Amino acid sequence: MARFGIVTFPGSNCDHDAYHAVKHVLGEDATFVWHQDTDLSALDVVVLPGGFSYGDYLRSGAIARFSPVMDAVVDFANAGGLVLGVCNGFQVLCEAGLLPGTLTRNNSLRFVCKPTAVRVERIDAPFTTQYAPGQVLSLPVAHGEGRYVADDATLNALESNNQVLFRYTDADGRMTDAANPNGSMRNIAGICNEARNVLGLMPHPERHVELLLGSDDGRPLFESLRASVNDAVPTSAA
Amino acid sequence: MSDSDSPTPTSLPNAPETTPEQAIEHGLTEEEYTWIVDHLGRTPTFVELGIYSVMWSEHCSYKNSLALLKTLPNEGPALLVAAGEENAGLVGIGEGLGVAFKVESHNHPSAVAPYQGAATGVGGIHRDIFTMGARPIAALNSLRFGSLESDRVRYLLDGVVRGIGDYGNSFGVPTVAGDVYFDDAYEGNPLVNAMSVGLVKEDAIASAAPQHTGSVVYIVGASTGRDGIHGATFASEEISEESEDKRPSVQVGDPFTEKLLLEATLEAIDVGVVEAIQDMGAAGITSSSFEMSASGGCGMELHLDRVPVRESQMTPYEIMLSESQERMLVVCDPDDADQLVDVYARWDLHAERIGTITDGTNVQLYWNETLVADLDARHLDSGSGAPVYERETKRPAYLETTRAFHPDEVADCTPDTATDMLHTLLAAPNIASKRWVFEQYDTMVRTNTVVGPGPSDAAVIRIKGTDRGLALKTDCNGRYVYLNPRKGAEIAVCESARNVVCAGGKPVAITNCLNFGNPYKPEVYWTFAEAIKGMGNACTALGTPVTGGNVSFYNEHPDGAVYPTPTIGMVGRVDDLHTQPTTAAVQTPGDRLFLLHPDGQAYPNDIDGSEYLATVHEQIAGDAPRLVLDEEVAVQQAMRTLINTGTVQHAHDVSDGGLAACLAESALHGNCGMDITLSIPEDVRADAVLFGEAQSRIVFSVAEDHEPAIQEAIQDIEGVSATPIGTVCGNEFRITWAGITWVEAPLHTLRAAHENTLPNAMNAEQRTAA
Repeated sequence: MARFGIVTFPGSNCDHDAYHAVKHVLGEDATFVWHQDTDLSALDVVVLPGGFSYGDYLRSGAIARFSPVMDAVVDFANAGGLVLGVCNGFQVLCEAGLLPGTLTRNNSLRFVCKPTAVRVERIDAPFTTQYAPGQVLSLPVAHGEGRYVADDATLNALESNNQVLFRYTDADGRMTDAANPNGSMRNIAGICNEARNVLGLMPHPERHVELLLGSDDGRPLFESLRASVNDAVPTSAA
Repeated sequence: MSDSDSPTPTSLPNAPETTPEQAIEHGLTEEEYTWIVDHLGRTPTFVELGIYSVMWSEHCSYKNSLALLKTLPNEGPALLVAAGEENAGLVGIGEGLGVAFKVESHNHPSAVAPYQGAATGVGGIHRDIFTMGARPIAALNSLRFGSLESDRVRYLLDGVVRGIGDYGNSFGVPTVAGDVYFDDAYEGNPLVNAMSVGLVKEDAIASAAPQHTGSVVYIVGASTGRDGIHGATFASEEISEESEDKRPSVQVGDPFTEKLLLEATLEAIDVGVVEAIQDMGAAGITSSSFEMSASGGCGMELHLDRVPVRESQMTPYEIMLSESQERMLVVCDPDDADQLVDVYARWDLHAERIGTITDGTNVQLYWNETLVADLDARHLDSGSGAPVYERETKRPAYLETTRAFHPDEVADCTPDTATDMLHTLLAAPNIASKRWVFEQYDTMVRTNTVVGPGPSDAAVIRIKGTDRGLALKTDCNGRYVYLNPRKGAEIAVCESARNVVCAGGKPVAITNCLNFGNPYKPEVYWTFAEAIKGMGNACTALGTPVTGGNVSFYNEHPDGAVYPTPTIGMVGRVDDLHTQPTTAAVQTPGDRLFLLHPDGQAYPNDIDGSEYLATVHEQIAGDAPRLVLDEEVAVQQAMRTLINTGTVQHAHDVSDGGLAACLAESALHGNCGMDITLSIPEDVRADAVLFGEAQSRIVFSVAEDHEPAIQEAIQDIEGVSATPIGTVCGNEFRITWAGITWVEAPLHTLRAAHENTLPNAMNAEQRTAA
């Protein structure tokens, strides 16, 4: 069974949603990790959930990255551990230097919450193996600061290393301005690091894991993580 | 009275002298001040005067509404606490679960400081819910503004929506439903009513009543500052030119601290270290301490110098009257105190011991060693010691004019004009899509939103770990209440219940927020009294008791009172989440459309009070639309029966904009056209058919082969018919009768009309501002 740890910063508010998705929908092992904890050794996957860590009164994620747990997350990632940052978690990963670029105010200057169409760009990362290449997903966004910004060199490097895993498109998979909910450069919705074990994305896969709530398009992301963990660590129970 | 061995409380040397003039300045009447002096047998201290002024303010004491509120039906098998006994209503929904819910106004703060006013309204109502041990799972809001064409209104709308969004989004509770209306009547005095719904295990409900003498009193959460002093008094007077000066009476919200307070408080209740707890809303420490003392029948000794403050040199008067947000008063057993402090410390929050529970019924306040107030809580509490008035009533003169209206005064629509009129109505701010508003709210956090805002008459929220859910809605058409307060209030209750039914729920109970003008004006008070009667009638008919709520008087500005607006927050139960939730979006081409209606009342000849009359003919006139309570009950029962057959594809009630708007909205939500053929009696006006707002009518659809089954399902329900009216098909929207095509339009033009109004108005605003 894959062991997911979900970090709770003061102000996290999607921690229970990630927990529910992993524990009750996928049936995997999930625990909460307090922001002052520093031992992640019992985990296969660390999830930095959405929310407003420390109120996000400064810059989103700017305070959370100094939480004691973040030193441990950096070590965990550098040792090849799987790290998923959703929304505020993506912002924290950028602030912590685990992912390049940054997330700025939406170009509308307003918070936006709605389902968006998101295209799967690569299926060769441990987060996306259970998708089809080019598959268009319905995943909700809910953020005020989700516009992905980086300099050209960084963007070009992301593209050439195939680190862009998700982009905002229309329902037919076309990259248009209208389909971009926040003005992200190159319609980027989610990127991984060069080693491909750290993913940050603004849309919320944990919100779309049950048909009762409109879609289960986010579920294969968690199933990909499970598959990756199970492939890497054969357990006696399996 | 205080114990004989207690010293007499004194004002601090630097406090102003207490005089009758001071009392009037504080919003008390001369008679009330005289009563206080007589009752105490002495002049109150300055702190005591402050306490009386807020506890006896309209906002806290309900002094001008309580007598009438007591006439509302407040009993029912689902109720777990009686109305007014705890911070919010509480109903059982089975499986050992209770739902706590309440709606409250933050109108005056929002009028002068829209962002903070709305934000703290949201924060305040959530605290009312989690102080009962319930975790908030959904928020709703009911908003009223002046004309969207006004710069000031767009500024207010922008600020209110941002305030609600920023607070709720950060706090992490989804905003799932609500209603927004625009009318000149709300110019200068917008209404911002926020509702919170929480879930609690029936055996884990927290109480506001302390149990034991010797228990210790803690103030937890944020520190106390000078913000919001006299907010409750400000809320109890009319908005005027000077109101801008009252901006310091508006509190400043901090959703991050509230989130910590929520988690810490629920944890403290869960581990069993909370004997009693009361949130601090209006009137801050004053109301929480006196209300706890009154509800527990106990005394309380508080040392105000121990309260953590944000600024030095704060006086006991300021500390007692501060409305700083995100604070709670917690009573616990001395043996549990360390654990209580630990829980709050883990969430980086203060928990400061400021006093103890004592014998007797007095609240005694100390500043260092000086007793600065000593008052019997029973004499300050709403409904016991606080004054209760029934005001003079007079039927308003304007009703003579509005009731004199006859439809013949306005030209009927024609086959040449009806299509344009439908576009006009779909684009009218009251009917137009509110997407611009609700996309700024996180509608999905906590992953329970089965149906959110947009394509449904009510929101549906699941309860994790069960097959159950809740259907939730706020509603009130203030224009109807203005035209006929009693029937208008009946409609507000019926429509919110009908919305819940259309979404697949069974209406259980309501909370209300009664927004009216100055109760000392007899014409205003008449509308209040009439609306209470109507609300009571409808709640009795529908079996939905009133669990509590909030009264907001003095919603006036120099040009007059707002429409009387008794906002209803309806909570319904969904017993089977897998089959019952139903939206207003048509599903499949070929489905058959039906109009469910009282027998013989498919197309009443009624344009009274309609959006059509207001928008197309610019008349606020006539009676409220047709409503007969028995018919309404039967129609709702029929709709629930139909949904329970599992065949209903969509359901949407006929309301603002009439049948044509109802059909067009469902076509747009489902992105599929309709071909409608009606059978209309000869003497009925075409505008009444298309745009009339007669109540108790619902459009629904089923697959073609289910048609016989639905007629069979409702054959035993007396007085209700389901009349076939057409088919879901294509990309065109068409309504015909008597061989004439009255409305014909492609979906995309209807969509443009429906979607563009708010973005066009508000995004242009943003460009100007930037």
